[in-house]
Amino acid sequence: MQDWIKVVKLEDIPRAGARVVRTPGGDIAVFRTDEDEVFALNDRCPHKGGPLSQGIVAGRKVTCPLHGWNIQLDSGAAVAPDEGCAANHAVKVEAGVVYLAASAFVPVPQPAKIACAGH
Amino acid sequence: MKRMKLVMAGNGMAGVRTLEEVLKLAPDLYDITVFGAEPYANYNRILLSPVLAGEQTIQDIMLNDEDWYREHGITLHLGKKITQIDRVARKVIAEDGTSAEYDRLILATGSQPFILPVPGKELQGVISFRDIHDVDAMIAAAQQHKHAVVIGGGLLGLEAANGLKQRGMEVSVVHLSEYLMDRQLDPTASHLLRQSLEARGLKFLLGKQTSELLGRDGRVTAVRFKDGEETPADLVVMAVGIRPNTELAEAAGIHVNRGIVVNDTMQTFDPRIYAVGECVSHRGIAYGLVAPLFEMAKVCANHLAQMGIGRYQGSVVSTKLKVTGIDLFSAGNFMGGAGTEEIVLSDPMGGVYKKLVLQDNKIVGGVLYGDTVDGAWYFQLLREGRNIADIRDHLMFGQSHLGDTGHLGQNKAAAMSDEMEVCGCNGICKGVIVKAIKEKGLFTVDDVRKHTKASSSCGSCTGLVEQILAFTLGGDYSAQPKTKSLCGCTDHTHEEVRQAIREHKLLSIPDVMKFLEWRTPNGCATCRPALNYYLLSTWPHEAQDDPQSRFINERAHANIQKDGTYSVVPRMWGGMTTPSELKRIAIVAEKYHIPAVKVTGGQRIDLLGVKKEDLPNVWAELDMPSGHAYGKAMRTVKTCVGSEWCRFGTQDSTQMGIDLEKAFYKMWAPHKVKLAVSGCPRNCAEAAIKDVGVIGVDSGWELYVAGNGGIKTEVAQFMAKVKTAEEVLEYSGAFLQIYREEAWYLERTVHWVARVGMDYVKQRVDDAEGRKTAYERLQFALQAEKDPWLERAKEGVAKHEFEVLTV
Ligand code: SRM
Ligand SMILES: Cc1cc2nc3c(=O)[nH]c(=O)nc-3n(C[C@H](O)[C@H](O)[C@H](O)COP(=O)(O)OP(=O)(O)OC[C@H]3O[C@@H](n4cnc5c(N)ncnc54)[C@H](O)[C@@H]3O)c2cc1C
Ligand code: SF4
Ligand code: FES
Repeated sequence: MQDWIKVVKLEDIPRAGARVVRTPGGDIAVFRTDEDEVFALNDRCPHKGGPLSQGIVAGRKVTCPLHGWNIQLDSGAAVAPDEGCAANHAVKVEAGVVYLAASAFVPVPQPAKIACAGH
Repeated sequence: MKRMKLVMAGNGMAGVRTLEEVLKLAPDLYDITVFGAEPYANYNRILLSPVLAGEQTIQDIMLNDEDWYREHGITLHLGKKITQIDRVARKVIAEDGTSAEYDRLILATGSQPFILPVPGKELQGVISFRDIHDVDAMIAAAQQHKHAVVIGGGLLGLEAANGLKQRGMEVSVVHLSEYLMDRQLDPTASHLLRQSLEARGLKFLLGKQTSELLGRDGRVTAVRFKDGEETPADLVVMAVGIRPNTELAEAAGIHVNRGIVVNDTMQTFDPRIYAVGECVSHRGIAYGLVAPLFEMAKVCANHLAQMGIGRYQGSVVSTKLKVTGIDLFSAGNFMGGAGTEEIVLSDPMGGVYKKLVLQDNKIVGGVLYGDTVDGAWYFQLLREGRNIADIRDHLMFGQSHLGDTGHLGQNKAAAMSDEMEVCGCNGICKGVIVKAIKEKGLFTVDDVRKHTKASSSCGSCTGLVEQILAFTLGGDYSAQPKTKSLCGCTDHTHEEVRQAIREHKLLSIPDVMKFLEWRTPNGCATCRPALNYYLLSTWPHEAQDDPQSRFINERAHANIQKDGTYSVVPRMWGGMTTPSELKRIAIVAEKYHIPAVKVTGGQRIDLLGVKKEDLPNVWAELDMPSGHAYGKAMRTVKTCVGSEWCRFGTQDSTQMGIDLEKAFYKMWAPHKVKLAVSGCPRNCAEAAIKDVGVIGVDSGWELYVAGNGGIKTEVAQFMAKVKTAEEVLEYSGAFLQIYREEAWYLERTVHWVARVGMDYVKQRVDDAEGRKTAYERLQFALQAEKDPWLERAKEGVAKHEFEVLTV
């Protein structure tokens, strides 16, 4: 069973934007796309740790504000030719409220480089 | 919708490039079928020379393997030559009877090597140099035989000769003219080339005409010349030229005249049938290098994708020889002639020779031998038809001599070792770039940028990357077309987008994307900020700002730092401050534990390392307006002390600077804009390298524009001399407004003025009525702008931006 924790109202995340959730394991960026899809990633770019929450969101991608890597919101994978991954977390929206998987709040030691599922 | 059928004859470099472009533009429009006479998928023919020389393998030079065709749903018939086109039934038929129907057909049949019509030409061991099959035959021959004769001392012949020599054969090159590569080199350069090839052990038989090939038991044994002499040969490679492969087209009744005749949209006389590549004759010219063929491919794809905007208008080509260790470059009219002048630098002992041919102060051709690092630059000047009068005295010493090198002396591209860093911003070394170019088959600076990130940041190493590309690819390098699309989401240029927004009164980003048929649903991080700016600058008060389409700095109104914190640079009008401002800065810095306080190069103070959530409070407590240090906006106006204090001051430059800064504060622009005002020509405020520089003189003010102190320092150009402070405001304001309305996003004034010309700018600003109305338009636009810090600190605008969520 997955436990969910309520984090913010959907309307409080700007369309094609993000909010930052502070957790014991570090900041998590919760994105809302232009089409109201919601995704959550660790707020650390696989390149040099840039805050992804601050990037420009277009389609299902965010462009890191520091050096312009593009990161896939659904998987956290860097768009080729770049390689790397920002850990992703389960999110859901119910009745206009965004919930983040409780597991996201458990601090886990992060390896230097994470491989994306399916990569 | 039912897809149309697209069939292609020939899967060589030009044809497959066309398909790649079609797939990019209209991936779902066609069912594609390809016939290739060779049994191989798409490979890089150019690199057959390094394969022959043993520097690369066939696997290294594949561009698109069979999987690629499968992944894109393309039906591929390898080893099947099309022999017939039935234009009535609209189908093609191959040798073995395989047929395919088409709605559109591309002929990309390349060319055929020309075979001298001499007795013995059909003997075994007589081959040409065109495809993998030929290279295999040469490699096999080199293992068993000793004597090779290459007929033809042009580019291809010399590359074949070099390769065979590397494979251990004794090689003689036979050439009709007294000079090697006489179609690309003048006698001096040709002589130098011959010397260095002789030093590598090649033999030359110049001024010789082949009359017969002699053989025994069906295999070639010697070459006989018209003068009766003979030379032994176990292998003869004919490299005496190519002929467009037009057999198929001719048989189908398509108009052919030394090439399949096409118009500027790459259509043959049958409009359903397109032709691209070496088989084509365009405006009477058949090309034999890939750069023009790739341009054709782009245009052809554009039409196949039903965009109908591209036109191919012919190309100027340049040549390099791909023999490792020999640097040679040639372009245009390198021989000169009546009405031309020449600049020559000749150092035969040092192995360097350079000649530029000029006509009416423009480069029309040139030959470089031994030191070709500036080839790309000269070629660019040639193609742009740039008037070189002003740089003529340095021209020969190359681009670096003009101070154009950026940071690393990039015109050493060829000499650089693989570990040397090229892109300082992204830490990319030369080896990484060369590897990516070779492994991923990259052809343009944009490709390199995408794959390696080199030159994607500050851009100062673009020239170097370009040279590495040109050097790695040889003549295969095609420089960026000047009219580039805004980004990958569209084919429209900046200019076309600006025009559409203006003429059709588009007011929002979705409107623009819909009207101009953007390929992506909501753009990307490149086009959205540009569109947002174009909308706001074209329709002030009417178009809505879209914060989500702004780079974080402009959305948060502070500069993001490498650790995710922000810097805060409050405005200090004209560089003036007060004790009470300084006290507030000190208190805020201590209260919010701001780790660094620095005086900037823009005459004000930077607070670095502020946490995002503290920004609104920091702004509120500073109680100073936003310095826009983060924006494509009006930055600072630097001033000197001027006539108020300085013993040389002629005008009150400080007050003038404050007035300018207050007048243009909050102004968004295509790029950042910096001003300076100096009180006399000693110019202590460095006005000569600013977007607008104002210099006080006894009789008034001199105005200079389009200076730049950044990546490439450029001195500002004189625009006007005026008497009063009001005029300074009006002239500067008008200049800036025209820049805001007409420049492309991310184009600084220096680049914009270089593009449109200083004469144009002067003409616009000298026109009293036009100047006045432009200045009024600027003032009107600025009325809409509020101080972003005040709004956020005191009025709670965009609160969500600064709040972190906790649970
Ligand atoms: C803070 C400052 C350095 C300092 O400590 O003195 C600075 C800092 C940055 N400069 Fe600068 N520049 C600063 C004065 C300059 C100057 C000098 C001047 O303005 O007189 C120049 C040369 C003049 C010019 O622009 O023509 C300058 C030329 C650049 C350039 C190259 C621009 C070009 O067109 O070639 C960039 C890169 C860019 O804009 O793309 C740049 C970019 C940057 C960025 C924004 C890099 C970035 O993208 O993050 C730095 C932001 C640091 C921050 O977060 O605060 N900075 N930069 C100066 C701020 C001045 C101010 O008060 O606003
Ligand atoms: C050794 C060598 C070195 C070169 N070096 C350079 C260089 O440094 N720089 C440069 O710019 N250019 C260079 N070139 C030239 C460059 O390779 C050509 O300009 C380019 O490959 C031509 O492309 P294309 O698509 O028109 O023809 P090709 O690449 O020749 O493709 C045509 C294909 O169509 C096939 N075909 C023909 N007729 C039919 C038919 N009826 N049915 C089915 N298939 C058919 C052919 O078999 C061939 O595979 C070099 C060429 C060679 C051979
Ligand atoms: S402040 Fe300017 S010069 Fe210094 S590192 Fe940053 S961009 Fe480069
Ligand atoms: S930290 Fe994200 S691109 Fe460099």
